[in-house]
Parts: sequence; structure tokens; C-alpha cells
Amino acid sequence: MSRTLQAPVTVAFDYTRSVGPVLERFLAGLRDATFVGGRTSDGRVVVPPPEFDPLTHEPTVDFEFLPSTGTVASWTWVSEPVAGQPLDHPFAFALVTLDGADTPLLHAVDVASPDQMSTGMRVAARWSDERVGAITDVVFVPEGTALPEPRRELGQEPIGRLITPVKLDYVYAASAEESAFYRGLAEGRLLGQRCPACGKVYVPPRSACPVDGVPTSEEVEVSDTGTVTTFCIVNVPFLGQRITPPYVSAYVLLDGADIALMHLILDVPAEEVRMGMRVKAVWKPRDEWGTTIENISHFAPTGEPDADYETYKHHL
Amino acid sequence: MAKQRAAVVGVGQTHHRAKREDVSIAGLCREAMDRALADANMTLDEVDAIVVGKAPDLFEGVMMPELYLAEALGAVGKPLLRVHTAGSVGGSTAIVASSLVQAGVHRKVLTVAFEKQSESNAMWALSVPVPFVMPVHAGAGGYFAPHVRSYIRRAGAPNHIGAIVAAKDRNNALKNPYAHLHNEGTTVESVLASQMLWDPIHYDETCPSSDGACAMVIADEDIAKAAKSPAWIHGTVMRSEPTTAAERDQVNPQASREAAAALWKQVGITRPFDEIDMAEIYVPFAWFEPMWLESLGFAEEGSGWKLTEAGETAMTGRLPVNCSGGVLSSNPIGASGMLRFAEAALQVRGMAGEHQVDGVRRALGHAYGGGSQFFSMWVVGDQPPN
Amino acid sequence: MRDVAIVGFAQRQLKDYDGSPTCAELLVPILADCYEQTGWTRRDIGFWCSGSSDYLAGRSFSFVSAIDAIGVLPPVNESHVEMDAAWALYEAWLKIQTGEVDTALVFGFGKSSAGVLRRTLALQLDPYTMTPLWPDTVSLAALQARAGIDAGVWDEKAMAEVVDRSMTDAESNANAIRKGGSSVADLLAKPMFADPLRKHDCAPVTDGAAAIVLAADDKARDVRDRPAWITGLSHNIDSIYLGMRDLTVSPSASRAMEAAGGADGVEIAELHAPFSHQELVLQEALGLSSDTRISPSGGALSGNPMFAGGAIRIGEAAQRIWDGSADKVLGHATSGPALQQNLVCVMEAK
Repeated sequence: MSRTLQAPVTVAFDYTRSVGPVLERFLAGLRDATFVGGRTSDGRVVVPPPEFDPLTHEPTVDFEFLPSTGTVASWTWVSEPVAGQPLDHPFAFALVTLDGADTPLLHAVDVASPDQMSTGMRVAARWSDERVGAITDVVFVPEGTALPEPRRELGQEPIGRLITPVKLDYVYAASAEESAFYRGLAEGRLLGQRCPACGKVYVPPRSACPVDGVPTSEEVEVSDTGTVTTFCIVNVPFLGQRITPPYVSAYVLLDGADIALMHLILDVPAEEVRMGMRVKAVWKPRDEWGTTIENISHFAPTGEPDADYETYKHHL
Repeated sequence: MAKQRAAVVGVGQTHHRAKREDVSIAGLCREAMDRALADANMTLDEVDAIVVGKAPDLFEGVMMPELYLAEALGAVGKPLLRVHTAGSVGGSTAIVASSLVQAGVHRKVLTVAFEKQSESNAMWALSVPVPFVMPVHAGAGGYFAPHVRSYIRRAGAPNHIGAIVAAKDRNNALKNPYAHLHNEGTTVESVLASQMLWDPIHYDETCPSSDGACAMVIADEDIAKAAKSPAWIHGTVMRSEPTTAAERDQVNPQASREAAAALWKQVGITRPFDEIDMAEIYVPFAWFEPMWLESLGFAEEGSGWKLTEAGETAMTGRLPVNCSGGVLSSNPIGASGMLRFAEAALQVRGMAGEHQVDGVRRALGHAYGGGSQFFSMWVVGDQPPN
Repeated sequence: MRDVAIVGFAQRQLKDYDGSPTCAELLVPILADCYEQTGWTRRDIGFWCSGSSDYLAGRSFSFVSAIDAIGVLPPVNESHVEMDAAWALYEAWLKIQTGEVDTALVFGFGKSSAGVLRRTLALQLDPYTMTPLWPDTVSLAALQARAGIDAGVWDEKAMAEVVDRSMTDAESNANAIRKGGSSVADLLAKPMFADPLRKHDCAPVTDGAAAIVLAADDKARDVRDRPAWITGLSHNIDSIYLGMRDLTVSPSASRAMEAAGGADGVEIAELHAPFSHQELVLQEALGLSSDTRISPSGGALSGNPMFAGGAIRIGEAAQRIWDGSADKVLGHATSGPALQQNLVCVMEAK
């Protein structure tokens, strides 16, 4: 069992890309069930066409339509496909030199076993019925496989944007020091750590004291009451936001801590929140607790007089 | 061993826009690079090395994009580096490129910084949720707004200073054909009337999200002497400090003060306000202008806002700041720092067009990043350094 | 050029690091090792530079928290590359060459196990025409392996010999996470993983970090009897498009070696070859003589933490100068698919 807290994180976005004139030709070709190559200054036909000539560095302007058949120049067997790959059963990645091209293209070949792959074998493109103008509109199969004639539409709009979803799954691990902090929260306690060199108490604790570069390890419990040092009122909605605006996002210097932590201030109109205001944590019901700072729903005013500016001004 | 002399001999940038839908990532970079090379009267083949800078890869969804870009950037067969120091990256990248010439490793270095952030969403890329942590941050503005509030309190500044900066920079941008925002009619009143996004920061006091790139050609003394109006690199400095530290000053960070002090010492300046003729300072939220004026030593602590209020940072003032329109008018994050460095170079070369200030002999280019923790800055001049 | 040497090196390699992806906790003891080796504290270091990747960690600005491991108040002169720490070493060497500083510490770190490395590295490709197929890094290397086999430049037996020698050598490397010699026959009897690569032909997915200390002139002589003087340091890059180059050679490695002064007299070469056939490509590309001992540490096949792996090769080579086993060595680092980008660091005793 690991000593640190771990949780899954997915980083995902459907990237929407503009492609420029050269890739527009290539991708529009794919939508049309055609490979388009570019002619380079030294007379080679390259697929996909390079945006800029490898020798002259000028934009590629000379294009060639190529047949959908070619020869395998190299290949490998993907025995354990990962998410997003062109096929969800084992397949071959290959470098395919299309007839009429001088350099091979990286793509996938759909065969049942590596025995059916060989350098020099002939392959043909199997076009998807629904094509959008992307490299994923096609895979290769052995030449001679019975293939339907791909439907082609005339007069289509430019490709414009290419959508390329990226989704990566991670397991996020908190550091040992942070894990102790979150486990403390699960018990309703705020546990900071003191740096042995400078003596400051960090809440939440960092992996090392950022001033001295040494691990902090002495556990120090701090109060759940503190002072608002500074804050802002968030009015703006944004992608990924989880709390409905307007809300007060504040730095709260807990009694006993030497750094302020960020949290919400509620139970008071936003315009009445002040620098120096004394606040106390409002905890969620105990049965909703986990290993997270969200056990504290928000901070609310205690009603005490504001802290003197001098007591917190060096924390600004 | 002393640094060899180096100078900027070519500057190029893209037309910065919310979405550059007409180009790929490679196309965006090449637009800036081709302009810089034309300005330097140099071909891509003649360049000895290329240094690329950009901010987090999550913006474009490409890991280490300089690898895919090598061919398009003409870097095949050359040394290629990629720097990433958060928001200050455009500046650090220029400094690494300068070092290659100053150390005598190369004679001609091309440096390019870019961001094509319209391919995703900048706020998302900056705020991917971390487990166990409260998602209280509301993007970069939400991070900096509390510290702006601290500055206003510490300095006793009146509330309209941010609006003066925003109106100034947006109006300056009207004179910069490359700037993203060309908002006519911005006034202090219109800025103050715009929506409060993260109190105390108004909508019009915030930077846009832009696609864009900036490139420079940096060359050695012999090449610079034969080139058209070189901008000589007089001094460069980088400093970093932690994001979170007990009693860390987020308004006037120690790394910023020390970087500036080291830079003035390097170039022999004792009175920055008098000896620097104009400055391109990284101001993504308007209130950072007075904050950085103080931190950089142009004004006493607590008095930066007075310079702004008195109009001294306008193009007609004694220390024009951000004549290009600054980060408030164009913000391709990876390129913004380099734009500051490049615009300072354009000013000393007399090549800033409509937003040129007369008689600029020495100018400051400045960039910062992270939680106000990474700083890179340079001074360029129209004469070689002593 | 100033005389700059490597005077300190520390590393940690793990199969599964359970700490945070920013690796700050992992770096603290590594930096402590460097201080112990040199007798220095952080205040003796003039410049810091790190190498890491946001996508490996799964978050933007993932390198920022790592500087907590240094202790950066008072503020420091510091930079970062989104590349293997071998290139951070290049930037640091460069900084020393400008005369601005006399000492530097570079570090690299990577928690590959935070994600699925084979998928993550598919983002390191052309986003329009390659990444949408999610070509994994093993498959791309395998295409290169087959190209060499087809062309008769190497064969499975030669690849297995590289593995056997590396795994045997790794038995004496306390840092290796994969070790144990067997025999070429045993290795060839194992099943294919990514035909023509078997699992043992591929570096293990490794978490880890490393740090290297650089110093100029007398500062280096103060802390080491035999500093590893850097007499050549250069890097170069090829096209990412596999179809645009001959995969059986590495022009960028050859150019880097030439710019670094050539391989004449190199006794030990630590090569960053995460796939067995790549050692064969590099041996040829760098012009190494048949006398050169290759990767006596066991090389990348014994452990390859991303973004520290190249720096580790350089550090391992430097150690051979320090311990007197060689007078001229080289460390190599690679980045990108199928040896796209290469860096060579030649070190000598003087």
C-alpha cells in the first residue's frame, strides 16, 4: 500500500486546429479518398506534403494526386494496442511508400497476425465511409482485399479546422507531506509542518521548505481560525470552474501558520469582506469528509474585531 | 572571461489575433521568423542555431513541439533548444539565444517564441484541477487580483490607476499594426465602467488571449557592425524565487528587485528613471505597471502609481512604458516576453514605426512568469556597450 | 572557451515512485548528495537549470514546484528547458562560458509512471498527421529496428548481444532497475513484444531524477582531484518524419560528434539508447572504435527515467574520469522518436 494519497486525473481536450494551406490540400484530399503528396525542390514526391520545403524552406506549392496503393517499407506489430490507436485489435504500424511517392508515410495496416506482414508487401487503402479530412479516415489492408469504391462528394467546403481529441489519464500522487495534511483533514485537523532550518510553519506543507530546500517534518496543528490577508471577488465564469460566481477567493492566514492558504469566504456579502477580517472554517457534515481541503466548505466571519494591519502586512 | 558583444539585427512578429485560423503552428512561427530574417538580410540556412521558447505544452496539445517543428523551422542539421520558464519564457529564450553569441559559441542565432492558444482554451490549460486541492483559483486573474488589492492598500493608491494604464496601453496599440486589440475609444471612464472580473480587476484591465509569435536574429559584433541599426545587448539577468514561502512579498517580489538591481549594476545605471529612455514591461493586468515601476527601481516603493497618474509613462512622458500596447493588447503567452524584449530593441533601432518614441538610446525589456516568481530582463542600446 | 568540468553527479531510479509528479521530494536527497560530493552548499551554486516535461506530469508548470527542493530564497539565477536535463546541462555550460557564473547545478526528473508513457509520448509528434494515429514510442523504434534488419545493417543476434552485455554490466550498478545477464539464446527465445523488438530490447519505464554539478577552472580543481573536463559539447537534430530520413543512421548524432571534436581516443561511451538496436546506430554514427567500452553502467536498458536519462549517461561517463578508469569518455543523450535529436558531451582528464 502506498504511503501517499493518489487519485485519477484526466487531462482531456478536443484541440481544434487550423491547418494552413498545405495541410488543407492534404486533408481535403483524404476527405476525398485521395492521397495528396507535395513535390520538393529536389524533385521528390513526399506524403504528407511538407509545409515547408526541406531544402529551400519555402512553402510547398506543387502537389500531386497519388494512387491509394503502395508498398510496405518497414513495419512492426502492435501486440497491445493503446487507446486512440487506429484499431482496437492487434495490428501493424508501417511505413508505406505509395505508388508515385518517393518517401513513405506512417500508417496502420489491418491484418490478423504478424505472419501476414512483410517488408515489400503490397497494400491498398481502405477508406472510411464517413470521412472528415483526417489521417484517421483511412487504414491499409493487403492489396487484393475486396474493397468498396469510396463515395466521393463534389464541391465540398474547405477543411477549415481539424479536431484532434487528446485524452490522457494520469494517477496523481500527492507528496508524503501533502498526504499527511489531507489525512489530517479527514480527521478534522489542520496539520502544518515546520521547517527545521527557518522554523516557519507551512500549511499545506510543501515537499521541502522553499526557502531552505530541506524536508519539513515536524507536525504542527494549526487553528481553523485565521485572518484574511488579501482577497478578490470572482465574477467571471470559466471553463472548468466548479463554484458559481460571484464568490470571494481569499488568502487566510490560520493562527499558528506562517503562510496563508487560499479558500472561499461565504456567509457574508462579498462587498463586506475586508483585509484583516477574522474568519473561522465552516466544516461540512462529518459523514461527507474525505482526504481533501473541501471538508471545509468555506470560511465565515467570526465577528471578532479585524486584525491589526501590522500583524499581517508582511504576509502580503 | 568577459561576454562578447552581441546585438539584435532582425525583429519579426506575427499579426496577433484571438485566432489565427489561416495558419498551422508551423505557419505561425514562420511568419515571425521570415520577417526577422528579412529584417536581418539573412537566410534561414545562414543561421547557426535556433532557440525556441513557449509556455505549457497543454495550450496546443503538442509535447515538445520543437521536435515536430524542426523541419519547418529550418532547424534540421542545426542545434535546437526549447526553453520553458512559464510566462517569462519569451525573455529567457532571448537571453539563452544572446548567451550563445556572447559566449562565442555561435555567430548568428535565430530565436522564436510562440503560442497558438486558440487551439484549446487558455484558462482550462492553466487550471486543470488537481485532486485534494480546492479549485479556488479562477485563472491567472484570480491568482493576481488579491495581490493587486494588497498593492493598493500598501501604496494607498487611488482606484483609477489601473484604468489609466489600460487606456494608455490600448491607445498605444492603435499605433501598432501587429497588436491583437485595436480598441478605439478606450478611456479611463470606459475601463472603470467595464465589468469587475476579479475585484479589484476590471475586464478592460486584463490581457487578451492571443495566437502569435515573435522572432529575433541575434548576431556577433562583426555582423552587427555591418547590419542596419543593431540593438546592442548591454545586459541580461534572470532570477527566480518560490511560489509559496512564509512572508514572501508577492507585490514586490525579492527576485524582481534583485534582478533589476543586478541588471542596473551590469549596465552601469544608477538612476534608472533618468537613464532608461523607454521600457517594455510585462503588464498582463493593468495594476502591474505601477507595481513593476517600483520593483524595477523607476519609482520609490509606494510611489509607482504617481508616475502613472502624472502621465510619465505615456508616450509623451519622461519614461514611456509599453508603446507597443504591451501584454494588455497582445498576449500569446509564450511570445509575450520576447515581444517586450523585441519592442525594446525596435525602439533603440528607431524602427518602431508609428509607436516610436524619439531619441531612445537605451531601453528595458522585461518579462515575468509563474506566481510573480520568474523574472528575465534586458537592456538594449543604440551603441555597443563599453 | 573557459575550462568547465563536471564535478558532481547523483541519481535515483525507481520502478514506481509514489511521490508527487513534481518530484521535489525526490530531488532533495539528490541535491544533498551533490553538496556532499563537492563540499558546497546551495549558496555556492551560481546558476540552476532543470529539464522536465509538463505532459509527463500531466499539468502545466509542473517544473515550478521542483525549485522548492533547492531553497530559492534568497532568489537564484535559474532557468528551465522542456527537454532532457542533458540540454539543461548545455544551457548551464553556456552560462558559465559567458563568464556570468563559475558554478552550476542542473537536474532532471520524470515520473513516467504517472501516466501511460507509450500514450504520452505519442503527443511528441506532428499533431496533424501523426498523433491522431497515437503511434507509441515503442512502435516507432520498432520500425527503425526492422529497417536495419531489412538493410542488413544489424540483426536480432546483434541486438540480443547488446541486451546481454548491458544486463550483465547492470549487475554492478546499484542504480539499475533492470539487471541480470543470461545468454543470447535465452533472449532470442523470448516472445516478440513489438516485432522485431522484444520487451528486453526496450528500456523499462522508469521514474527518477538526476543532478550534475558543473564548475569552471579552479573551482573545479578545488573539489575534484580529477575533474571531468568538458572538451566537446554539441547537439543537433533531424526531421521528425520517419519517411524523410534513413532510419539506420543518425546524421544529427554524427554532426554533434563532429562538432564535439570527434571520437578519437574515447575509451568509454555512455550511450542513451532506450532500444537495443539504437546502440548499434549510435556506435556507427559517433564513429566509435571497436575498442571503446560502451555503456558499462548497463545503459538505458537498465533504467531510463524520462528527462534525466540523458543526463545520467553523462554523469556515469564523468564518474569514469573521477575514478581513474579512463582519461577520455563521452556521454550521449537523445530526444524525440527514433534518435531524432542528439547531444554529445566529451570529457577528459587533464
